[in-house]
Amino acid sequence: MERVTVPTPTTAASRPMVANAAMAANATTSKVGGKSANKRIKMDVRDLNFYYGKFQALKNINLQIAEKKVTAFIGPSGCGKSTLLRVFNRMYELYPEQRAEGEVNVDGENILTSREDVALIRAKIGMIFQKPTPFPMSIYDNIAFGVKLFEKLSRSAMDERVEWALRKAALWTEVKDKLAQSGTSLSGGQQQRLCIARGIAVKPEIILLDEPCSALDPISTAKIEELIDELKADYTVAIVTHNLQQAARVSDYTGYMYLGDLVEFGDTDQIFVKPARKETEDYITGRFG
Amino acid sequence: MPTGDHSIKKYDEELEAIRSRVLQMGGLVESQVRAALDAFESADQELAQQAIDADRRVNELEMDVDQMVNYVIARRQPTAGDLRMITGVAKVITDLERIGDEASKIARAVKWLHEKGDQARLNRIPDIKYSGEAAASMLRRALDAFARMDAVAGASIIKDDLGVDDRFRAVLRQLITFMMEDPRTISASLDCVWVAKAIERIGDHAKNVAEHVIFISQGWDARHRSLEDVERAVARA
Repeated sequence: MERVTVPTPTTAASRPMVANAAMAANATTSKVGGKSANKRIKMDVRDLNFYYGKFQALKNINLQIAEKKVTAFIGPSGCGKSTLLRVFNRMYELYPEQRAEGEVNVDGENILTSREDVALIRAKIGMIFQKPTPFPMSIYDNIAFGVKLFEKLSRSAMDERVEWALRKAALWTEVKDKLAQSGTSLSGGQQQRLCIARGIAVKPEIILLDEPCSALDPISTAKIEELIDELKADYTVAIVTHNLQQAARVSDYTGYMYLGDLVEFGDTDQIFVKPARKETEDYITGRFG
Repeated sequence: MPTGDHSIKKYDEELEAIRSRVLQMGGLVESQVRAALDAFESADQELAQQAIDADRRVNELEMDVDQMVNYVIARRQPTAGDLRMITGVAKVITDLERIGDEASKIARAVKWLHEKGDQARLNRIPDIKYSGEAAASMLRRALDAFARMDAVAGASIIKDDLGVDDRFRAVLRQLITFMMEDPRTISASLDCVWVAKAIERIGDHAKNVAEHVIFISQGWDARHRSLEDVERAVARA
């Protein structure tokens, strides 16, 4: 498959080859959207293949995820988009029969072969799942639990961190008077924002969202979407969603996947107005049978 | 442009209904223009009245299609080729409605000229007739291009607009000459200026329709570009 690049990163000095290649590709292909100029690449995926036992779920994926932007992955069930996200923080390693080949370079380091503690990688690359998964403990402890694993904070510093994370997740005003209550007592939308706060509390660099709104009502969904928009000021966000309109609303870049291939990747504006590939057009216009 | 059917059949039906209604509106506008031009040529008052009366139905169809477009946006959130079809249609019908207005203007001028008894003197300006035929032909081909989503035909219509514009300037020069030679023709000549201008505007709107067709079918904006640029881009796409 042709190499797919996010329009473009960094200075020539920091990433000379890739940056220049991406710029060249962008100069000829990206006519719509105008988001392309001077974007730094946070994650550079090269020749990524992934296997569930003998089944190949991802086929030679090449793409670049821009820093402090939202990148959405769309595609029918089983296309590999959630698998891709699970590779991005080595979540797949929990299962021995699953393996990934290729490179997922985050700031130049291949996390697939990194000797860094996988827990630290997952702290740096946080993941939010489809179903809200608050721990069976208080709202406060839900946030503090992860932080304690990586940092020794004083009580007051921890209080500040909890408040900071809950504010970032747009949940603070709703829970500030009931921090001791169980996280599971919150509504579905609040639970999901609590999970996002928990993910943010450890100060990750990348946030992976796997269908974060599929179990939520429209109001809670709108809150999460607004939150995603705010999060991208500080974080790089990758989101998998079945909801095409959601991808169109929240993302700067969109990738369409089908049967383990990344069929098309580009500016969201371009993908939703004039996709380059007929397969993408058929999927997003509802002609996919 | 996507060609297959949607998984949701009703969506296909809704888009098809919009396309048919636009073509119905286009057909009506085309016959309205034809009636107005024939009325001008033959000083047929009844035909002129028909062209004026048709405008109401054209306006109704515009509002009809507008409503259908709003429903589809609200219910289906169209994307890609469907989105371009919907936004393109919203613009096409605006141009068609304006063409209807221009046809009405021509028909009303026919009536004024008749009331003043000036019609006979004006048969000396054949360029108005030719320019009317050229604009009507542009409209017909723009509607064909819309029906077939033919960007190549769209580019040729854009090219033809240059000829209609040239002809308008020629008519203007002739009418100014008439007015200078014989001030008694000033009133009728001014009416003819309005007719010639309306024809020129019909050409402009037909050209706009052609540009929308290019956008719908190929996904790039053909407006405000040189003809050479448009022709190259259409051939490349």
